[in-house]
Formats: sequence, structure tokens, C-alpha cells
Amino acid sequence: MRLARVGAAAALLLLTACATNTTETAGEAKGAPGTGGTKIGFILVGPKDDYGYNQAAYEGSQAVAKAFPDMEVLTAENVPEDDNAARVMEGMIRKGAKIIFATSYGHRDPALKVAAANPDVVVLQQGNIVDGAVPPNFGTYFGTVYEPVYLAGIVAGKATKSNKLGYVYAFPISQTLDNINAFQLGAASVNPAAKTYVVNTSNWCDPAKQAEATKSLISQGVDVISQHQDCTATVIRAAEAAGAYTVGYHADASTLAPKGWLTGSEWDWGPLYTKMVETAKAGSFTGSPYNANFRVGLKTGDNPFVQSPYGMAVNAETKQLVEDAKAKISKDGSPFLGPVVDQAGAVRVPAGTVPDYKTIESIDYFVDGVVGKIPAS
Amino acid sequence: MIVVDVLAGGVRGGTAILYAALGETLAERAGVINLGTEGSMLTGALAAYAVAAGTGDPWAGVLAGALAGALLAAVHAFMVLARGANQLATGLVVLFLGAGLTAMFGAAYVGRAISPFQPYPIPGLSEIPWAGPILFDHDPLVYASYLLAPTLWWLLHRSRAGLVVRSAGERPAVLATYGHSPMLVRYLAVVGGGLLAGIGGAHLSTAYANAWFENMTAGRGFIAVALVIFAAWHPLRAVGGAYLFGAALALSPALQARGYGFNQFALDALPYLVTIAALIVLGRRQVNAAPEDLSRVFQLTPTR
Repeated sequence: MRLARVGAAAALLLLTACATNTTETAGEAKGAPGTGGTKIGFILVGPKDDYGYNQAAYEGSQAVAKAFPDMEVLTAENVPEDDNAARVMEGMIRKGAKIIFATSYGHRDPALKVAAANPDVVVLQQGNIVDGAVPPNFGTYFGTVYEPVYLAGIVAGKATKSNKLGYVYAFPISQTLDNINAFQLGAASVNPAAKTYVVNTSNWCDPAKQAEATKSLISQGVDVISQHQDCTATVIRAAEAAGAYTVGYHADASTLAPKGWLTGSEWDWGPLYTKMVETAKAGSFTGSPYNANFRVGLKTGDNPFVQSPYGMAVNAETKQLVEDAKAKISKDGSPFLGPVVDQAGAVRVPAGTVPDYKTIESIDYFVDGVVGKIPAS
Repeated sequence: MIVVDVLAGGVRGGTAILYAALGETLAERAGVINLGTEGSMLTGALAAYAVAAGTGDPWAGVLAGALAGALLAAVHAFMVLARGANQLATGLVVLFLGAGLTAMFGAAYVGRAISPFQPYPIPGLSEIPWAGPILFDHDPLVYASYLLAPTLWWLLHRSRAGLVVRSAGERPAVLATYGHSPMLVRYLAVVGGGLLAGIGGAHLSTAYANAWFENMTAGRGFIAVALVIFAAWHPLRAVGGAYLFGAALALSPALQARGYGFNQFALDALPYLVTIAALIVLGRRQVNAAPEDLSRVFQLTPTR
């Protein structure tokens, strides 16, 4: 009975795909999740050309398409973070996908549902965490976004003349707080006098508020501006117009600030996606590092969040300092190696301790040297 | 100097709202409320940005923004005046039309670079302590708005054309007996209002934020509509109101940049709290100041 069903499935696959080689059939017989598919599915919460998070995931999917010319990559844009996501994923599975990437934080619950209903499919979820046991065909993954931000902080700390750095952020959530803290820690590691002034905009993309925030920081004497926003052009142009330095986020925007561009952080999902697909296709997903809450950084390699190219204003000495810091983080495992002290002077990470990703992803304080308060709620 | 920062930010950030509020004042004085003002601002912002990106000239952008804003308002005027549709419902439909169209056509312009309007400090005047940086260190569209508000006031309240517009909003029947067409006057006023809202949107995209993003007006068109009531349909009072909003928006970043911690959510709500408070305090006077025929819109009876 079961054999018959497998045979029927294989025949169906042959009919729909017209290209099933013997190794894949063997993998399917073995039944390891992720094997035997003809397609790989990606669902995005936003449009594929948003110059930010979703575009990065889309570009990663295209890198996968290039790496596996025998597989077809399916992408779906604007997939809501509810049961519709499960329906889209099921549709992809019906078309022959055995590997699904659910790329938004809120896609976790539908992704778990789909994984439970389809034990032969590997479902990978970007950015969220599974508490407790991770199903054998499921995994979450994310980069350590704050590592390149720490490196950029070093560049900012060396570039500033007023020792005042500015950070325009959207909302006080742990991801933005991590970035701000890493930026300040990086700057202070090379310039103990550097302070980071923070302004939030209570919106992921309100360009007018961003313009006002940038102007306020610059009139306060800040001469290096960074940001954590979904749309980044306004802040960069305002900083360039005022003659301040810029540290980018999400994308290489050096063309917007030819004079003031220092460096930044940007996404490159291709290498990580490709390795995950390789593992799943080979039938060795279950029990692999990806079959968990997988977090990559300098220590493990394949961090999807990488440092942007340097601008003209960065000198060789600074670049060397960044290389030294990279080596140190690769060895330590985190830029948040203790002691980390908060604004009130309390030690939050004891000396010599590397906080785990759960601690880092639930942070709720600014480190010493950040000027500004987390908005009370 | 934090006071100068907040007030200068108030002028800068209030200008887009001021254009839209002046436009809405014109339309409402003629008896038509246009809740689609936000939509006109959005289409204006995108059209201005797209044309500025294509031609390299922000002035060409402003022209395009004005036309786009006017065009969207013309849709509202047609539905309301020719088809007799409910003004409030139509305004919202027009808003969503503008938001949808700009989201669709705007995607291509996200991330495009333009040469924006630059601040032009007026020689001499910008040197004055306090007033200089607050009033005379801005882009040309801000200076143009300094002239527009008194001009609109003069036109509405001291010129024959203004009398005709206001009559259309008060007693269209009287206007008709004098041989004017209230319909034509209202068309012109609504389209002219959309034109000004379009310029307001153009200010946001080509002078203030230097970027186009989906839904970048973030409710400023609605603030403008509220402001018209707040200002009792008076163009000069709209100036103060717009700058008050602008200053309320500029207060939060100015405080934060100096490291002061306040309840962020209270600060963000401040502009709206100011409006509600003003509407409560001024409530009775506002009712009397409303153009008579306009107030019928709110009484759920057809305007014609």
C-alpha cells in the first residue's frame, strides 16, 4: 500500500517534471525530508523589490536558482503572516517543492503547520525561534546582524571628530537595540570618547520624520549618522547634504553619499541558502545544524549579513582595526563578549561570558555610551 | 538651541501640511469637503519625484506634482458634483485610489536619486538671531508658501472672485440668481485645492525627505483637513496651525537628539491631542464659522 503510494507519487513527479534522475528517486525511497523534489519554494512577506529585507531574500532565492540549475525556484511575494501562508506553501508542495523557505518572522506558525502535515518536506523559517523541540523536518535560521554593525561602529568611531555619533531607529525592539549597542561598543572599542545619540521615528518608513530626526542629530553636533529603518535613502541624503558621514543599513547606498559614505551592513543570503538546500537535497537535513534554531556569525561563517564596501573616507589604519576585530569576534563568538555594562552602570553580561542568541534576541537596554532613553510604554 | 530647532523644524515640516490645508480651505469655502487630500498629496509627491528624477529639475517636478494632485481632486469633483455622490465616502475612495495608484507606479522610483531643492538662506534676513534660522533658512517652496497664505486670504476675503467662491459655499442659490454657476465655481475650487495639496506632496518628496516611498505622507493630508476646521476656514490661521503641527512633530526628535527621555508614545500623540483640544475649545465658534452649505454635508442630507 505504502509502496504503491510512493510509486504513484513518483509517477506524478515524472509527469509533472519530466526530469527525475535515479539518485533523487533513491533519496525518495529512503524518505529523508527534502529529497526528491523538483522545485524549491520561497515565500516573502513583502514585494521582491523593496530595497530591503524582502529584496535580499529574493536575491538569495535567485542565487539558489543559479546554484541548482536542475531545480526550479518558486517565489511568492506579499504572503501574509497567517493561514494564507500555509496555503501558498501547500500549493508549492503540490507543484513538487520539497524544500520551502518561509522568510518572514511571522511565517513561523503556518510554516510549522505545513511541516507537520508534510513530513517529507523540509521547511526553513527565517528569523524566528522555535521553543522546545524542533521537528525533524524544520529549522529556523538567521544571521547575527549586529556583527557587521559592530564593525561599522569601529569605522564610525575612527571617523568622528565631534565624538558624537547618531542613530536613527524605528522602534525599540531587541533587533534595533542590539544594533545600536553593537554600534556603540564598536565605536568605543577604538575611541572611548565616542557616544551614540539615538532618535526613534516610531515608524519603519516615514521619510519626513527621518529627515527631521537626522537634522536634529546634526544640529546637535553629530557628524556620523547610521540608521535602522526599512527605507534608508532619506537619512543618507540628509547626512550627505549636511556634510556628515554615513553608515548604511540593508544595502550598499554609497552612490547616494559619494563623499560621506563610510561603510554599512547589507544582506547576502545566497551562500547560506545554497548550503541549506545542499544539505536537504542530500537527505541529511535531520540532525544537521540547520535542523535547529540556527544562528550564523563570523565564528561559523556564512553570515548572511555582511559588511558593505568602504567609502573613500576610510583609511588603511581603520580597515586594519576592522580586520583585527573580525578575527577577535571569530575567536570569541560574539561582539557582546562580557563585560557589557548598561547606561546605569550595571553589568549585564559578566566578564568573559558570551551571551547566547536567546539573551541577545531579548535585549531591553542600551549599553553605556548610548545617549538617549528607550521610550517608556 | 532646542527652541530654534523645534520652531525651524515646525516651519520645515509644517509646509507640506500648510499647502494641503490652504487647498482644502479653498475647496471647503466653496462648499465641498475633500477627504481625498491625502491622496492628492501622495500623487503629487510621486509625480514630482518621478519628473524630478527624469528631468533633473525639481521645479518641473513641482509642476507635475501640482497637476497630479489636481487630477485626482478632479475625480472627486466629478463624482461629487456631476454624480451627486456622498462627499465623505467619495473622498475616502479617492484617497485609496491615490494610495493604490502611487503604490503601483511608485515602486520603480523607490531608491532613485534626484537633485532636490536645496535650502537657500536669504542673505541678510537669515543672519537675524532666532527669526533667521527659523524662517529664512529654507527651500524655495517654503518661501513660496509665505506668499501663498496671505494671497489666498486676500483672494478669498477681499476680492470679487473670493466673494463668488464663498457664496458657493454659503448660499449657492443666491450665487445662481446672480448669473454665476455654483457648479463651475466648486469644480475650480476643488481642483485648485488638489493642485495645492499636490504641491504639498511635492515638497515632501523633493525638498524635505528627498525620497519617494509608498504612503510617505503618513496621514499628513488628514491633518490638513482637520487643520482647516481648527483654523475656522481662515487661510492665515492655517499657517499657525500647520506650524504648530510641524513643531509638535519636530519636538520628539529634538528632545531625543539631546538625550532627554520622554514617553515616546505621548510625544507621538501630541499633534493629535493638540487638535482635539483645539477643536473642543473652539468648538462652538467653529460651527458658526463653517460655510453654511458645507455644514449640510455633515447633516447626512444630500447637498443638492
